[in-house]
Amino acid sequence: MRRSNTQRSVRRTGAILASVACAALVLSACGGSDSTASDLNPEADLTQQSLTVSNWAGYYPEDMAAKFEAAVGAPMTITNHATNEEIMAKLTAGGDSGIDVAFVSGQFAQALNEAGLIETLNPEFIPNLSNLYPEAQELTYDPGNKFSVPYAWGTTGICYRSDLMEEPTSWNAILEPSPENKGKVTALATERWLMLPAQKALGFSANTKDEGEMEQVKQKLIAAKPNLLAYDDTTFYSRLVSGEANAVVAWDGWCNYGTAENPDIKFVVPSEGSDLFADTMVILKTSKNKEAAHAYINYILDPANHAWVAENILYKVPNKAAMDAVGAGLAATYPNMGMTPAELLKGESLVDLGEAGPLYTKIATEVTSS
Amino acid sequence: MSIPTPTSGRGAARRRALIGRTVFAAPGLIYITIFMTIPILLVLVYSFFQRGRFGGIVWEFTLENYVRAFEPVYLQVFSNSLVIAGTTTVLALLIGYPTAYAIAKLPTRWRTVALVLVVLPFWTNFLIRTYAWIILLNSEGPINSSLVDAGIISAPIGFLYTPGAVIVGLVYAYLPLVILPVYASIERLDRQLIEAAGNLGASRARAFFDVTLPLTLPGVMIGAIFVFVPSLGNFVIPELLGGGKTVMVGNLIRDQFLEARDWPFGAVLALFVITLLVVLFALQAAISRRINGTGKRVSSRA
Repeated sequence: MRRSNTQRSVRRTGAILASVACAALVLSACGGSDSTASDLNPEADLTQQSLTVSNWAGYYPEDMAAKFEAAVGAPMTITNHATNEEIMAKLTAGGDSGIDVAFVSGQFAQALNEAGLIETLNPEFIPNLSNLYPEAQELTYDPGNKFSVPYAWGTTGICYRSDLMEEPTSWNAILEPSPENKGKVTALATERWLMLPAQKALGFSANTKDEGEMEQVKQKLIAAKPNLLAYDDTTFYSRLVSGEANAVVAWDGWCNYGTAENPDIKFVVPSEGSDLFADTMVILKTSKNKEAAHAYINYILDPANHAWVAENILYKVPNKAAMDAVGAGLAATYPNMGMTPAELLKGESLVDLGEAGPLYTKIATEVTSS
Repeated sequence: MSIPTPTSGRGAARRRALIGRTVFAAPGLIYITIFMTIPILLVLVYSFFQRGRFGGIVWEFTLENYVRAFEPVYLQVFSNSLVIAGTTTVLALLIGYPTAYAIAKLPTRWRTVALVLVVLPFWTNFLIRTYAWIILLNSEGPINSSLVDAGIISAPIGFLYTPGAVIVGLVYAYLPLVILPVYASIERLDRQLIEAAGNLGASRARAFFDVTLPLTLPGVMIGAIFVFVPSLGNFVIPELLGGGKTVMVGNLIRDQFLEARDWPFGAVLALFVITLLVVLFALQAAISRRINGTGKRVSSRA
């Protein structure tokens, strides 16, 4: 049914009033309106909408906004965040963040959904969902892609200089480095990935909520700290290039940035296993441009576009058609681009910790300040 | 209701002056009320309630946040920060005082040049200045490679990502904040007092320690506070130069709001720092008053 312009503008005014009211009540949590799939207007004029998207810095092709606008007609602004935590702080601060589509890791999408902050997606507006690998449609944090769509996925491992050391087989290459690698290894700093190497080395789940297990994880990480060069989430691959570090804990895609500069930089998943992370796109309930937001997600899932993303960010995308097109070529230079969904699924999917969140935060503080 | 009528021209003038002062002060007062007093009150209120799972506040009263702040891990962070900020302050004074003294002794036109040079780094972005230290200090950087090339050391020294590197960065960033107030107090100093000390037989060293230093102490204290306060709260330098391995109270507070989404606990930590700073300023004011008081007595006796 096509709504008349007056009806639409009444709805819009209502939405504006509601968001003004929300802004006025900064202290109270303003929940969204409905929990069912969004009521979208198929006839909406996308050129009248404008999108604000928040993505990780450097995690999208530079000309993304221009190309999307040319293809779909809605002008787009991309803002950057450095970490999941940073964007979560923005989205949960109350009121309208002004962001329509946010890129967050799967476990954070799960938390945003439980907090009632994101929209239930309307699959009719995202026909390209069928391009996803079947495995990518059933990820633990959101089976059936009800509120999130995976953008890129991968695993965490060790990125190392194959010309300076043997291939590491265990997380202990970082946690208990050999004498010549002491002070030449780095670990990730964000909570979940700070814990991961120790959790896996000790044979625990990456989602464990057991206090006894986490105590052992803490002790192992405290013992590992003196041998670390630094905790580093953003520049670890350039440390390998400069020779400051020999081995770093790294997300597979970011290791590829190092490989691009020095082919001796290689990636390996330690034998104890690792995680499976998925970075997803979600639509905020506060968005006033939901048709354009759905169109954006659909645009990304187009095989040609998603392949273009993969070539640019060097992360695997969960899009079968896209990976069939570029995967083999990229894997020749960046072997981890050739990992199959089956190989990725060996990793443990990270899910939101719920009430155990503060436990992880406290341990992270205890480790980094030890 | 009684409106006092002006009984004399002097009373009216005083009232006009008061109104004038109020009008001039109003923009500043309003600004401070809105952007400082209200946020601090919010911080105070938040500190007594519970954390929402996704950030924000759950309006259930609790004192648990205050109890938590005394857990060993957080006390450790506080004491680390005090040691780092304290060391930074002492080093900045040891470097900054002689510099300020030397500038004050320069011919007038060179003084201006020297002062501009002191302030000049502030015109460069803070992050870039801090990042420069990473390039200088890292194991493949110019300092290490020239030491190795010169044969002074056999392997690069791990300067970077240590508390020492954090202190170097903090001293560098805040040194001008010591030099300027110390310079001002040295420059204002009555030279006749030093001459008098000399005439009465004091050596130059004795004149410095008995006359110059005590009289410039207010400037020294202002400089010390200007360095200590931002050092304590800084979280960028510990992160960049400390490699995330040195956690200061500024990092801890930032993390509560941005990572842990635990506003109430972050609020408690922030209140602790604010309280500490208020105490410091009160101390500084009290000591300055005493010194100025003595100064007056000295000059009235003279």
